[in-house]
Amino acid sequence: MKAHLFVTCLVDQFFPEVGIDLVKCLRLAGVEVHFLTGQTCCGQPAFNNGFWREARSLAKRFIYLFEKADLIVIPSGSCASMVKVFYPVLFKDDPILLARAQALSQKVYEFSEFLVKLLGIETVASKYTGKITYHDSCHLLRELKIYEEPRKLLKAVKGVELVEMENSEACCGFGGIFSIKNSDISAAILQEKIDRIRATDAKVVVANDVGCLMHIAGGLSRQNLTIKTRHIAQILAAD
Amino acid sequence: MKNKPDNFHFQAKTALNNPSLQQALSKATTHILNKRARAIQELTDLETLRDRARRIKEQTIAQLNHYLLQLESEVRKAGGKVYWAREARDAQRYIAKLVKQKKAQLVVKGKSMVSEEIGLNEYLEKLGLEVVETDLGEYIVQLAGERPSHIIAPAIHKSREEVALLFQKKLGTNPEAEISKLTQVARERLREKFFQADIGITGANFAIAETGTIVLVENEGNIRFTTSLPPVHIVLMGIEKVIPTLADLVVFLKLLPRSATGQKLPSYVSLITGPRRDGEKDGPEELHLIILDNGRSRILSEPALRESLYCLRCGACLNICPVYQKVGGHAYGSVYAGPIGSVITPPLVGLYRARALPYASTLCGACRDICPVKINIPHMLLQLRQGLSYRWNRNLINPGYWLEKLLTITWSMGMKDEGRYRFGSKVARLLQRPFLKKQKISHLPYPFSRWTKSRDFTPLAAKPFRIWWEDNQRSSKDHERAD
Ligand code: SF4
Repeated sequence: MKAHLFVTCLVDQFFPEVGIDLVKCLRLAGVEVHFLTGQTCCGQPAFNNGFWREARSLAKRFIYLFEKADLIVIPSGSCASMVKVFYPVLFKDDPILLARAQALSQKVYEFSEFLVKLLGIETVASKYTGKITYHDSCHLLRELKIYEEPRKLLKAVKGVELVEMENSEACCGFGGIFSIKNSDISAAILQEKIDRIRATDAKVVVANDVGCLMHIAGGLSRQNLTIKTRHIAQILAAD
Repeated sequence: MKNKPDNFHFQAKTALNNPSLQQALSKATTHILNKRARAIQELTDLETLRDRARRIKEQTIAQLNHYLLQLESEVRKAGGKVYWAREARDAQRYIAKLVKQKKAQLVVKGKSMVSEEIGLNEYLEKLGLEVVETDLGEYIVQLAGERPSHIIAPAIHKSREEVALLFQKKLGTNPEAEISKLTQVARERLREKFFQADIGITGANFAIAETGTIVLVENEGNIRFTTSLPPVHIVLMGIEKVIPTLADLVVFLKLLPRSATGQKLPSYVSLITGPRRDGEKDGPEELHLIILDNGRSRILSEPALRESLYCLRCGACLNICPVYQKVGGHAYGSVYAGPIGSVITPPLVGLYRARALPYASTLCGACRDICPVKINIPHMLLQLRQGLSYRWNRNLINPGYWLEKLLTITWSMGMKDEGRYRFGSKVARLLQRPFLKKQKISHLPYPFSRWTKSRDFTPLAAKPFRIWWEDNQRSSKDHERAD
C-alpha cells in the first residue's frame, strides 16, 4: 500500500525524530511511504485565530498538492481535523473547492487511525520498557472521535505498562494561540494536567499530537521534572 | 468596579490569584460533573434523547414566529397577558408600569437569567422597591451585592466559609453554623417575604405553545411560592424558550435536571397555565408573560450562530470548561459566562465590546460533548474570531491587533512557497540562537514571552525532517545503483 505522509510543520521543524519514527512504523506496517517536499503547514494556526483568508490560501495549496494522493497520513489529531473537518467549513461558500475539500477529507487519516482502522494493525513489533501514561488530545478525541486506537496500539507494545491518568480527556491548556493570548489561564490548566501526570508515577507521557506535547514538555522542563514527552510513533518504533 | 467583557484578561488574572475562589470552583464543578456522570449512566438512550431534543429545538427555532404567536394566543385564552419586549428597556418599562398600577412595594423573584440580562433588580430598586431573590444561591449573591457567576449555581464562586461570614454580617447568624442551619435561617426570612410580596417575578425554562403553559423547574420550592402567593406573577422569557407541545417537554425534562445538577428528576416542576381560575385555591390573580428579544433575533438572522438559541441554560458546558473552571463566571464580565456565554454575549452586547470572549477558549470541544442539545460551541467561537480578525477599522488604534496581523501575514507568506519555507526555517534557526541556553529556550521577546513566562519553549531542531528524508532517499538510491 502507498501512502503520503503529511508530517506537519511542527514535526518537520521541531521534532524531526518523530517524523523518522513515523516513517519507520509505516514501513514496518508494509506501507510504501511518500513525502512531498512541497508541503508546509495546513493553515490551522491562522484558522484558529480567525484569519480565515490566510488559512484559505494555505488550504488551497494543500488541496492542490495532495489531491492526487490516494491516502494521506497525518501524525496529529489537530492537523488531521483541520483538513477533514475545517477545510469544508472554510470553503462552504465555494462549491468547487468545497467538493474538492470533501473528496480530500475522505482520504485523510490520523496516524493511529490509519494503522488500526484502515490497516487493521495493532502492533508494529516494538518493545518499550516502562510505565507510560496517555493524554487524549482534544481535536483527536472530539473532532475525530479517536479514543481506543492509540490505546490499542500502546497496550500491544511489549514491555509497556499503560497507566491511565485521572481525566486524561481534559485539555492541557495549549489551544494554539490561546497559550499566548490567555497565557495565565493556559498555564493554570497545564498545571492541573502536570499534577495528574505526576500522580501516575509514569516516566513518559504519550500523545498523538506534538502540539500538546510541546506545551506539556514546556511546563515539565520549567519545573525541572524528568518526565519525558513522546509522540505515539516514538513508542511504536522503539526496539 | 463592575466587571466588563472588555476587561476579561484582567478579571481572569484576578480570579487565578484568588485561592479561595480556585478551591470553591474546583470543588463545586467536580462535584456537579461527577453527579451528572452518574445520572446519565442509566439513561440507555442518551444519544437518541439528545438528538431528539436537538431536533425539536431545530424545528422550533426554524418556525419561531409560528410558535410564538401560538403561545401568545394560548396564554391569552387562559386569561394571561402577553407583552412583547424588543429590548431590555421595553421590559423594564412594562414592569414599572405594573408596579405603579399595583402600588407594589415588595417584589420576590425566582432565579432568572433574563432578569439579570435586563438589569431588573437595580432598575426596580431605583424605583424604590424592595426586591428579594428567593433562590438560595441568588439570595447569597444578592446579600453580597454581587452578580451570579453561574447559570445554575449563582454562588458557585463562594466557599462555605465565605457564605457563613456573609450571613453573620448580614443576618447575625453564628459563623460556625452548619450550612443546613444557614439555609434554615434564610428560608425563614424568605417565608415572610413571600406572604408580604405584591409581585412575583420568575423566568421560564420552557413555554409550551400548544397549551400556553409556562414550565419552571427547581429544587427548593421557592419558585412555587413566588408564582402562587403574590397576587401578580410576571414571567420573563427569551424568545427561544418556546417549545411546541407537552410531549416535547418530556424529552427535555429527562435531559435538563441531569445536565444541570445531576439529578434524575428535579424536586419541583411547575406547570402554569394562566392565572387563578374561579374555584381554584391558589395562584395569582394576574399573570403577565413578557417575551423578550433583546438581541436574540440578531442571533437568529446569523445562520452560523443560530444553534446557540437551542441552549437550555443547563450550565453543563460551564462546569466542564477548563477555562471556566479556572476563572469562574465573573471574569467574563457578562451576564452569561462560560462557553455558551462566549458565543451569545458578542451578538447580544456587540462583537467588539465582547471581543476577548471568543478567544477565551482552548477550543477543546468538551462543551459540545456535554451539551444536552449538542450545540457546536467551538465552531461558533471560530466563526466569531473570524468576524473579529478583519475588523481593522475597529482595531485601528490597537497595536496588538496590528502586530498579530503582521505576524500572521508574514508567517502565511512563508508557508505558501517551498523555497520561502526553507529560507524561513534557516532564518528562524539563526534568530533562535541568542535565546538557546542548554538546549532550552526560557526567554523569548514579546508576544512569545507570554509563553516563556511559565513554560520553556522547544527549540527548532538542528535539521528539519525534510533534510533527513532527502538524504535518506539519496542514499537508498545510491544503494540501488550499487547493487
Ligand atoms: S450550551 Fe448546552 S451545555 Fe451549555 S448551557 Fe446551553 S444547553 Fe447547557
